[in-house]
Amino acid sequence: MTILDHLAPLQVVLPLVCAPLIVVVRRLGFAWAIATLASWASLAIAVTLALRVAAEGTLSYAIGNWPAPWGIEYRVDALSSYLLLLVSAIGSLVMPYARRSIVAELPREQEYLFYAMYCLCLAGLLGITITGDAFNLFVFMEISSLSTYVMIALGKRRQALVASYQYLIMGTIGATFYVIGVGLLYLMTGTLNLADLAARLRDVQEVRPLLAALSFITVGVGLKLALFPLHQWLPPAYAYAPSTVSAFLAATGTKVAVYVLLRFYFTVFGDSAVFQGVPFAAALLALSLIAMITASLVAIFQHDLRKMFAYSSVAQIGYITLGISLGNVSGLTGAIAHLFNHGVTKGALFMLSGGIALCCGATRLSELKGLGRRMPFTSAGIVLAGLSLIGIPATAGFTTKWYLVIGALERGMWPVAAVVVASSVLAVAYVWRFVEAAYLSEPQPGLSARPSEPPLSMLVPAWILVAACVYFGLETSFNVGAAQAAAEFLLRGPR
Amino acid sequence: MTLASHYSYWVTIFLMVAGLFIVTASGNLVKKLIGLGVFQTSVYLLYIAPGKLIGGTAPILSGAFLTYSNPLPHVLILTAIVVGVATLALGLAIVVRIREEYGTIEETAILEQDRADAAARQ
Repeated sequence: MTILDHLAPLQVVLPLVCAPLIVVVRRLGFAWAIATLASWASLAIAVTLALRVAAEGTLSYAIGNWPAPWGIEYRVDALSSYLLLLVSAIGSLVMPYARRSIVAELPREQEYLFYAMYCLCLAGLLGITITGDAFNLFVFMEISSLSTYVMIALGKRRQALVASYQYLIMGTIGATFYVIGVGLLYLMTGTLNLADLAARLRDVQEVRPLLAALSFITVGVGLKLALFPLHQWLPPAYAYAPSTVSAFLAATGTKVAVYVLLRFYFTVFGDSAVFQGVPFAAALLALSLIAMITASLVAIFQHDLRKMFAYSSVAQIGYITLGISLGNVSGLTGAIAHLFNHGVTKGALFMLSGGIALCCGATRLSELKGLGRRMPFTSAGIVLAGLSLIGIPATAGFTTKWYLVIGALERGMWPVAAVVVASSVLAVAYVWRFVEAAYLSEPQPGLSARPSEPPLSMLVPAWILVAACVYFGLETSFNVGAAQAAAEFLLRGPR
Repeated sequence: MTLASHYSYWVTIFLMVAGLFIVTASGNLVKKLIGLGVFQTSVYLLYIAPGKLIGGTAPILSGAFLTYSNPLPHVLILTAIVVGVATLALGLAIVVRIREEYGTIEETAILEQDRADAAARQ
């Protein structure tokens, strides 16, 4: 056995052991270096795993050599390798950005602790994605959530504490709902392994407990992924957290929760009779459509740039759940590709608005007048990423909306396609508010017109993501290609 | 199957709903956390109660015993208890910090101060 056989557990263990290491050494430079190296190593492992999955099919790893239904299994398939890549890639870009941003936003004695929390969060998110065990998934969910609450509470303003508390309450209710659901499944089948669950659920005749389990899991995970109307924790959390945290979470946190939903809907419950006669897809469709319209409308009327992007996230999550509810290859491809596309886009936007907060001390739209002249690169980046948010052709956002519209039309739901387009028009409205403030308003008197960009270590990672928004809009073989493979894999159902 | 034969489920569901009710109905941040604790504890019962067989022993293979209780739920819930304790500790720590910053742990008073803050920044 070589080290290559153990890549799956290393993906999680590596960032996990870095966290206590950072706490013990207590040095900021060391903490940053270790967290960065852990992120890059995770990315390298994720790339290797993705290549192996593409070549050999699903990988399975028995922790401690206990075979699958009894021991905990780590399982990497087309969908989880895609999410592993997204999470570790965003982490690898956020870490160089964090160095200057964290120094500017956190008190000196808390800086190294941030990196410990980040490593825990990364380990938790990667763990959720890679594990094949329903209860292990809960533990990783709580590891990532608890570290997230701490990171949000580190925000400079006192509202961050309240945002963190609210998220803690709602997030814990969500996780507990998930455990109730898993508990009911365990009572019915006696197994916690996701693949084994799927096989045994096929033979369960009593649908009622399964229906209860599915409902608990849907609501619980819905809280975590900020499904409308369970999204109230998200806007304050993203708006008041340190910029680095907002960028990392907006790109990964809710996406991993969507992964859990996909896993349960398609892999675990895919073959069981539980969906028959219950309008789950219709309910999800309705909530998605409401999220797309109302959250976009609310975003238009925000005074703060980061709040605006946070509400836009709720709307964008609506697109993802819309794709899931359509349930055909095109819709699901759109949903899975949007995990990646929206992660990249929102990551770029939160990184750039963090740069604005650093240089101007504020992200209120009324204080950003004439920003296009003062921070030309930052403003141009926000506009480009904003175009991807709207879904202009030749940006990443367009490709997913294309698949969602096709998916809706294949099902004959042309009003749904119309709502997708209408929501994009609303996105034009809120992105335009930034353009108006930055380029079309006279700068406030008294402010120097000298350009003052954030340091390169913050600007470059943000612009890499902005470039990715354009690149993945033109060259779709990775984001859409891999998403399509994952969608077809899911729709084939458990084997 | 009677009402009494499922009494452990009734207890579980009562605790579950009572906990959730405290979380939503109480305006005091510490009381909310207590409710959250009750809610999480109800799930421990949901897992452990069905694992016990009356007359069952620990699963140690021996000719003298024929029925065994399922030990796995206990192990799972041990983990869940740790998660619950960590959540409660973190929640209380945040409440302490909120008290330092706002001088109150009543939700309405905190929201009022936030609104006043927002109005002052307009």
